[in-house]
Amino acid sequence: MAVLMAAHDMSNQAAPVETLASVPAVEISGVNLTFQTADTPVYALSDVNLTIARGEFVSFIGPSGCGKTTLLRVIADLQKVTSGEVKVNGVSPETARLDRAYGYVFQAPALYPWRNIQRNITLPLEIMGLSKAERLARAQRVLELVNLTGFEKKFPWQLSGGMQQRVSIARALSFDPELLLMDEPFGALDEIIRDHLNEQLLGLWRRTGKTLLFVTHSIPEAVFLSTKIVVMSPRPGRIIDVIDSNLPRDRSLEIRESPEFAAIAHRVREGLRAGHSYEDHT
Amino acid sequence: MTLATALPWRPLVRFGGSTALSVCAILLLIIVIWYAGTVKMNAGPLLDRYERAGRTEWSFSELVADAMSMERPVLPAPHQVAADFNKSVFQTSITSRRSLVYHAWVTLEAALLGFVLGTLLGIGLAIVIVHVAALERAMMPWIIASQTIPILAIAPMIIVVLGSFGVVGLAPKAIISAYLCFFPVAIGMVKGLTSPEPIHLDLMRTYNATTRQTLRFLRLPASLPFLFTSLKVAISLSVVGAIVGELPTGAQAGLGARLLAGSYYGQTVQIWSALIMAAILAGGCVGVIGMIQRGIDRRFGGTP
Repeated sequence: MAVLMAAHDMSNQAAPVETLASVPAVEISGVNLTFQTADTPVYALSDVNLTIARGEFVSFIGPSGCGKTTLLRVIADLQKVTSGEVKVNGVSPETARLDRAYGYVFQAPALYPWRNIQRNITLPLEIMGLSKAERLARAQRVLELVNLTGFEKKFPWQLSGGMQQRVSIARALSFDPELLLMDEPFGALDEIIRDHLNEQLLGLWRRTGKTLLFVTHSIPEAVFLSTKIVVMSPRPGRIIDVIDSNLPRDRSLEIRESPEFAAIAHRVREGLRAGHSYEDHT
Repeated sequence: MTLATALPWRPLVRFGGSTALSVCAILLLIIVIWYAGTVKMNAGPLLDRYERAGRTEWSFSELVADAMSMERPVLPAPHQVAADFNKSVFQTSITSRRSLVYHAWVTLEAALLGFVLGTLLGIGLAIVIVHVAALERAMMPWIIASQTIPILAIAPMIIVVLGSFGVVGLAPKAIISAYLCFFPVAIGMVKGLTSPEPIHLDLMRTYNATTRQTLRFLRLPASLPFLFTSLKVAISLSVVGAIVGELPTGAQAGLGARLLAGSYYGQTVQIWSALIMAAILAGGCVGVIGMIQRGIDRRFGGTP
């Protein structure tokens, strides 16, 4: 991983290191997003303000329709805002996307079934024009990171759902982006595998020092993983609460039994409940 | 492999549980009907002939024997066709003009050239249609209109027009083949190139991939199953196109020429063996495409 990080530092040489470090990873101010449907407009995001510092692990939690996925897609420039301003690494989401500033992990693994695991991981590298030797070396490194060494020549259908999602994470890591955007990556997996992957993801985040934005609708998952939890609510999609976690960065699954964990989970639950009562009145 | 596992659906009736058995049963049924038809259809002309010869005494078995050994029957018996097929395929040097293999090769040459041209045209059209939204509206009506004109009507015109430019021989036939077979390829490829899921396209967008890279890494590989389905239709159409292309030219060689000569001289046996050769040719071509498809499937991780 050290080599990966070094390679990345070199690619950013143009900008002075001090200013880069002081620029927030994501800065969202006064963002509204309205979908025009046939009958009524849908307010997917309403007056969203949020700043995410570098190296944070941020979870977005809320019921479906609260705009958490939409917000992630806005940051990724897969969706345009109606009004307001979004900055990723201090530039517009489009510029950030053109710079390949982030890796996106979708709800489904989205592996190309005609490519084996290795070639799925090297796909972004091939698009970015890296040499074959470099591509293979990086594929090997990221497969190691997600504990899938030895599966290079397998095809996606030969892997379980959890393994496929790990490949998808490895693929997002392969070009070493500063920012990782993950949209309910473990939503379709059972709880045992999910716990295991959450631990792995936490270790990965600690080792790589990346900024991680993680969409989920599981309270324990959000509290266990995050340094910051953004609680959202639907109709209109908005932020109800932003909770800064006081749990140590270095944590294991046992922390879920601690009173600190319970306190944060309680506050998240309260936020979600407040969002729902609002919904009942409308 | 049994019939049940070979088919993607569940057959209504299990035919003895064996593919070989059911294939033989159908073949036997066809031959029986064919023989019955031979007697029935040749009886009329035979009875006329008996009458003209002043022959009033004939038994049914004599009629059957005569019906199956006529030189120019309305419908030749299977064994007559088989004998002619054997003679013109296996007993004749393949360089001879009497060899059906020679004629089949002439037709196959034009069909394959037309197939390649038509496939390239179809893929090219599909790529343009998928990428330029305005062109879909502008081009689709023409593409569909081109296929509503009977090929028998347009083939002579293509040959006359090309002939006036001095293009004769293989090329006009290949162009008629291409005219027939670009259509299924274009339609199948438009479907195939637009088949990737939104999530797969989003992924390409997050990589800041160019349109060309998205085509190469996503749209083209995703369209392969659609392409092969279309190619199987296209190659049999290209054989038909090449045969039709040989009819109006009065070509000296090719299965079409053989069919035409047979009908001029009432050589029905010759027509039937040419027809069977055409069927074998088209079937063989479809089989080869299927083999290539299976090979590519394996290469790209298809489930066994």
